[in-house]
Amino acid sequence: MTHAPALHVAGHCHIAGRPLFSDVDITLHAGQWTCLLGRSGVGKSTLLRCLAGLAPSGAFTGTRTASDGAPLAGRISFMAQSDLLLPWLTVLENVVLGARLRGTKPDLARAKSLIARVGLADHTHLKPAALSGGMRQRTALARTLMEDRPVALLDEPFSALDAGTRANMQDLSAQMLAGKTVLMVTHDPAEAVRLADQIIVLSPAGATLWQPPNTAPIRDQHAPETLACQSALLFHLRGTS
Amino acid sequence: MTKLCAALAAALLGLSLWQGIVLLTGVPAFILPPPWRVAQTAWENRALIGENAIVTATEIALGLAFGTGLGVCTAILMAASNRLHNLAMPMLIFTQSIPVFALAPILTLWLGYGLASKVMMAVLIIYFPVTSAFYDGLTRIPRDLTDLAQTMGGTKWQIMRHIRIPHARPALGTGLKLAAVSAPIGAVIGEWVGASKGLGYLMLLANGRAKTDLMFASLLTLTLMTITLYFAVSKLATWLARN
Repeated sequence: MTHAPALHVAGHCHIAGRPLFSDVDITLHAGQWTCLLGRSGVGKSTLLRCLAGLAPSGAFTGTRTASDGAPLAGRISFMAQSDLLLPWLTVLENVVLGARLRGTKPDLARAKSLIARVGLADHTHLKPAALSGGMRQRTALARTLMEDRPVALLDEPFSALDAGTRANMQDLSAQMLAGKTVLMVTHDPAEAVRLADQIIVLSPAGATLWQPPNTAPIRDQHAPETLACQSALLFHLRGTS
Repeated sequence: MTKLCAALAAALLGLSLWQGIVLLTGVPAFILPPPWRVAQTAWENRALIGENAIVTATEIALGLAFGTGLGVCTAILMAASNRLHNLAMPMLIFTQSIPVFALAPILTLWLGYGLASKVMMAVLIIYFPVTSAFYDGLTRIPRDLTDLAQTMGGTKWQIMRHIRIPHARPALGTGLKLAAVSAPIGAVIGEWVGASKGLGYLMLLANGRAKTDLMFASLLTLTLMTITLYFAVSKLATWLARN
């Protein structure tokens, strides 16, 4: 994997002529997790799409740059709320989808090793319909890792999972994406406080930093400082909605 | 098995109603022959009906093959390029806006009384449902999926090959099912306008000689062929959706 750069995004977004969010000026620190929170419709996913270089829902005016000055295209992997597994492909075929789409020969040995690392070694040749929600999301994680990109953009990747599976997926993702520059959109303050090096709250007025606990992620969800931060963040989010 | 029993029960009910109408109205056999007489005629003329059914079946099969191929290619090109879509869509609607009956004499004039004009009729009649259904499937891809493919650096045609076409297979199955019931109409209309073989031709011939029972036997053979084709295509559609 190449060195993960820091990312800087600055600008504002309008949708159908109305402002979605005002001037934001966000830095995603190199090799760290940033969690982005905010009420529904405030433009979190739009911001993420801008970073990914995808056509946003609204009109974004601004810049997105990497600290190393190199273009971001080809250095970003994307994981959405839905696992986006192709139902006609097996777990292995889904994991090597990127290579197929680029018309290159997939590295099957590496794909199998990643599948084993996410705990699905016995399910390599199963199709998604035969997998549980957690297993499907682990396959999606293996597919993201297979791309071996220094930047990972995660759009509410665990929101459809039950609480236990979600916690397991958070642990697994934090381990597997270590060293990458990660931006995760989430609605869950507990998830953000547990995983983030940096927390950003997006509102129509702009983006504000929220101080996470001084401990290192992945944080113990029962630790008093984690619970206090979570509670304060929830209170703040209720205030901004 | 339950479906088969229900289909047999429906067929039995239809035959009973038919027989009931014949008995109750006393309508002469040259207007509405009773079912048993149609069955008897079908058996007696099995060689004649079979020979003509093969011709019609060939027209339908070729029409389906060419129409599906043409529809699939058009849908892929339309989905790949907005410019092509804007160009092809009015032409596609144009092919549907002309009544097939009006086209049949022209096609017979251009392509002759043989197989080609009937195949072309079948092609024209199924081209729109196949193209339209497949195009819908190709373009109704969840946005997250196209975003994923884009961030992976997928090329346009590889995305088409590995995501859009497989994703659109159930929609193609729906188009093919519509085509399976429409293709025989095209072939038979073509035979009515000008042919020397085929079930449509045999029906016209029987009608002209007041052999209503033979006409009904030919019609029932055509119906059975269409139903068989529909179920075969339904199986194919299910397979397409599953794989």
